[in-house]
Amino acid sequence: MEQLLLKRINVPGGLDIDIAMAHGAYGALRISFGMRPVDVIDEVKRSGLRGRGGAGFPTGVKWGFAAMDPKMPKYLICNADEGEPGTFKDRIILERDPHLLIEGMIIAGYAIGAERGYIYLRGEYPAAADILERAITQAYEKGLLGNNIIGSGVTFDLSLHRGAGAYICGEETSLIESLEGKRGQPRIRPPFPANAGAWGKPTVVNNVETLANVPGIMALGSEAYSKLGVEGSTGTKIFCVSGAVNRPGAYELPLGTTLREIIYTHAGGIRGGGKLKAVIPGGASTPMLTAEHIDVKMDYSSLLSTGSMLGSGAVIVMDDSTCMVHATAVIIRFFEHESCGKCTPCREGTGWLHQIYSRMLRGEGGESDIDVLLGICRKMKGKCFCPLGEGAIQPVLSSIKYFREEYERCIRERGCGGEQCKGMMQGSKHHMTNKFQAPSTKSQTLRTLDF
Amino acid sequence: MLNDEARERIRLAALRYPEPRAALLPALHIAQKEAGYVSEDAMRFIAGQLNVPESEVFGTATFYSLIRRSSSGRHVISICHNLPCTLLGAEPLIGHLKSRLGVDEGEVTPDGRFSYQRIECIGRCDGAPAMLVDDDYHGDLTPEKIDGILEKYA
Repeated sequence: MEQLLLKRINVPGGLDIDIAMAHGAYGALRISFGMRPVDVIDEVKRSGLRGRGGAGFPTGVKWGFAAMDPKMPKYLICNADEGEPGTFKDRIILERDPHLLIEGMIIAGYAIGAERGYIYLRGEYPAAADILERAITQAYEKGLLGNNIIGSGVTFDLSLHRGAGAYICGEETSLIESLEGKRGQPRIRPPFPANAGAWGKPTVVNNVETLANVPGIMALGSEAYSKLGVEGSTGTKIFCVSGAVNRPGAYELPLGTTLREIIYTHAGGIRGGGKLKAVIPGGASTPMLTAEHIDVKMDYSSLLSTGSMLGSGAVIVMDDSTCMVHATAVIIRFFEHESCGKCTPCREGTGWLHQIYSRMLRGEGGESDIDVLLGICRKMKGKCFCPLGEGAIQPVLSSIKYFREEYERCIRERGCGGEQCKGMMQGSKHHMTNKFQAPSTKSQTLRTLDF
Repeated sequence: MLNDEARERIRLAALRYPEPRAALLPALHIAQKEAGYVSEDAMRFIAGQLNVPESEVFGTATFYSLIRRSSSGRHVISICHNLPCTLLGAEPLIGHLKSRLGVDEGEVTPDGRFSYQRIECIGRCDGAPAMLVDDDYHGDLTPEKIDGILEKYA
């Protein structure tokens, strides 16, 4: 199968620009500069490329919005704030083929009319920061960045901007706030960044993997590219497989590949001969699936029809030894930690969920706790300011839907006292500890919760 | 207070943006690299250099979990406790690390060498369970492997 995204990651010395160029890097740049910007956008539209960061918005359409806006200057931002738990695809591109991303960014900047680009890199990727700085310097030395790129008259300047540990900055308006030097809290939309983004100017924010698809589209042509994958989900996708499998790793496969093929053929099946119990198909904020869904096609629409989402393509695999109450508690602890504090449903809701999971694991769960969890999710759904809170309830709702009897057993048997639960039992212990307490099992009824 | 080199690096960073305030996170990184954490003095200095109110610098610095506001060990261990690492045994490993170092999360070992913190997903799920020591990544951890890694940091 043809690789578009990971084709150069194993080239010896491929971080060096000369070696990368000998293997085709920056070839699609010349093709693109031979076309009008509007034709590059049309080519990307025709390819069917959709955002690979999680939301799946058509990339060419997003570019078109920014290109049509008369305000200048325009900005292009690469979202390299890869924080969705289970996701490491962007890191592999950043650390092992940075020139693929830089080439994609130059083409995107040319298409939308942006002469300034930033790569917003998560703070947890220090190795990628060094590699990108070197790659950017080399690209300037080769005349591939800066003024009059390879004699084309096109200008594009690129800088690296390092984040400092905030999942919320993966949300594009929070990322822009953070880039501007502020707390990374989301902005109301509309206006969308394509019209009023960084410093109020038209701004396109694209994920690393999305931009890394662009050179392949321009080299292959949109027609050949759109034959990869399936209807409505064209191209290839890097699936990151982690958890209870024999060969965790990143696998570039056509969209529409089945979950079974990803787990059993590529990731080598379940570790230690265990049985598959649950799968998170697209990162921690996407609803869990079970062994029943093993034949689902991993594309945008097939996953929606199972009630889940493609998300970032991070496949987290759990075997039959996994306690689903504990696993969900770990995810909820994450969301509470990362809730930015801006809106009440998410700030309080994630904290309450975490408190209730902690007391269940401590053996202090009450009979009504499952209903309290579902009630809190109901109060959050559709009421959070940004997708973080909406994503946080997905693992709760899906794990109760599929594994309710485990919750009932955890409550009935007063927890299992398992070794792995111990680190989870303290509940909240970070910066937002002194907020409202979750409804207690003893003193409050569900009715008082229905505010 | 920041030294001349740090001040110059912040000045250069600010040139990359249409507004100097955008250099605030870069400046906090530069200050942390110099002292191991970002002191209130450093924040005041940055506020002056970038012409941002002190309260805004403090508000921004405290939002980000990788910006430390108190002194750390010479080496900071960030060990992942998110789901992919937990599924492969992160919790017992954190217990091992804690007993090896003899301190709680956020405290500095008596010899000043280490402090550790739990961290959310570091994108090394293909090598879970995983941790960072300063900027170095270590994966496929076992208790024995952690012991060996600790020896390498003076």
